[in-house]
Amino acid sequence: MTAPTVSAPVPVSEDVVRAAVSVAQRPAKASPAFASRTFAWRSLVKIKYVQDQLGNTVVFPIILTVVFTFLLGGAIAGSPREYIQYFLPGVIVVAVVSTSMTTALTLNRDIATGVFDRIRTLPIWQPSVLVGAMIGDVGRYALASVAPLLFGLALGFRPDGVVGVLLALLYLQLFTFCLTWLWMVLAVSIRDATAAQGVVYLLQFLLIFASNVMAPLHTMPGWLEAVVKVNPVTQTATVVRGLMHDTLTAGQLGSGLIACAALLVLFVPPSVYLYNRKHG
Amino acid sequence: MTSNPTLAISASGLVKSFGSTRAVDGLDLAVEAGTVYSIVGPNGAGKTTTIRMLATLLRPDAGSVTVLGHDTVREAAAVRERISLTGQASSVDEDLTGLQNLILAARLLGFPPAAATERAGVLIEAFGLKEIGNRLVKTYSTGERRRVDIAASLIVRPDLLFLDEPTTGLDPRSRSDVWAMIRALVVEGTTVLLTTQYMDEADRLSHRIGVIDHGRMIAEGTPAELKSRIGSGLLHVSVRVPAQRGAAGQLLAEVLGAPVTPDPDPTRISVPVADAGRAADALAALARSGIEVDDFGLGQPSLDEVYLKLTGHETPRPGVAQEEGVRA
Repeated sequence: MTAPTVSAPVPVSEDVVRAAVSVAQRPAKASPAFASRTFAWRSLVKIKYVQDQLGNTVVFPIILTVVFTFLLGGAIAGSPREYIQYFLPGVIVVAVVSTSMTTALTLNRDIATGVFDRIRTLPIWQPSVLVGAMIGDVGRYALASVAPLLFGLALGFRPDGVVGVLLALLYLQLFTFCLTWLWMVLAVSIRDATAAQGVVYLLQFLLIFASNVMAPLHTMPGWLEAVVKVNPVTQTATVVRGLMHDTLTAGQLGSGLIACAALLVLFVPPSVYLYNRKHG
Repeated sequence: MTSNPTLAISASGLVKSFGSTRAVDGLDLAVEAGTVYSIVGPNGAGKTTTIRMLATLLRPDAGSVTVLGHDTVREAAAVRERISLTGQASSVDEDLTGLQNLILAARLLGFPPAAATERAGVLIEAFGLKEIGNRLVKTYSTGERRRVDIAASLIVRPDLLFLDEPTTGLDPRSRSDVWAMIRALVVEGTTVLLTTQYMDEADRLSHRIGVIDHGRMIAEGTPAELKSRIGSGLLHVSVRVPAQRGAAGQLLAEVLGAPVTPDPDPTRISVPVADAGRAADALAALARSGIEVDDFGLGQPSLDEVYLKLTGHETPRPGVAQEEGVRA
């Protein structure tokens, strides 16, 4: 972090401050919708500033695509072109999953700093913080999925149809919304922001790599296959792949939806409980 | 609680425990509307916990608080419409610019987007941040950050402003900037409740001061009342000839009947003194014995001295201090 070199700041003048604070009339209270929209704005405006986020969102999936397709694609699937048909839907899942913790980490940081305290003393509908951030997520996920998709199309990825692709992107929105709650549990229970980030990234890594994103299940040894099978990222990659190539079976979709439901059942109650215990 | 209309804050019997630690232990507080009230205490005394209860962020285990006529638990929403809080930690988003932080705050108060942007611009300028308004807050100095933080609390002038250690960690210049902001607000009619570790700050700014220790109020009154109770503080003397410092120390210890502390500066010594009159006597005694004094001053008592005087023990040990860090 480089400190900017600014000539000494202008001292604050009592009279100027007085003039500035005396004029404003308190407007009508922000509606829940407006407050949510404002938090969504906050979330989206940051994509521009936080290079970390842009890196996660756009650069990482593209690097992943290039490396796996050209370095390993031939070995895994016979040719890079073959492999990208299998791999690219998975990359999109990876891209979205790797941005899915932003809302939780922001909440964690807000709690660790005083931001959350200020928000809680505002006369607003309090859930708008999360609702807004999650609306912002929709935009973030859309961006995260479109970048690797376009890149993949340029490299020879050929999905079965536009409708399938759109449905796959929609399904990813649903999945990441559910996955957010896993990160939420960590965000409200780990006080230290750096520690929270560490745990979240480690788990994210496991979710992404212990899955069928890179290679099909049947190529794995039995014990690993058992682990990978219960990873919700696996179910999701299967559904996304199935939608994009129009090969989705009812069973696959069912497993995917069960994985989503399981995430909600497992992680929403503890998030709410831990949150209320701390801030009740 | 009786609701006295001239009281901005009225709290009685406040208790809050974290685990086995009683952070706040039967605290009473009455703050007149339109005044500045300082809660003074070291880390771990219960300042932050108190302010969090008053500002509707924490539910007291026992006792009740009325803020601007509303109960902070049952009528939290009504309280929140009239207060602002600037927390001890930075309550601004570091990944946004200063201007965006104020726009965010303005919108959340209900300003439509265009009006919010305009209002944020006015405040950025009034707080001397125009040049850096479009930079990310993470690049700001501590003083600049604090300005944004306070400005965000003043989008609409609150009836009651809570400032938790607003000047801790600031350089003297930024401190006086914060003081100017507080004075401006009070003139406009805002009641200010602040916490501080500095006795001199409380003395300068406030109408009344409450000193707390282990979650209890151990002294309360106007700055003048408190001073008469705890003494003016320390007499600092610099002798012209370093070799005379020993003799000067002996003489001061005799006249004032208090232990003398030598300073790292070889010409300087300090000695506790009850009031200004005694200090004058002591200086006269030095002059009579031919010790030349280069400089002298009557310092405010430090918080440590206040504590020693009021409680007989030093400021709480770090083990307790960490409890204050618990964000409950």
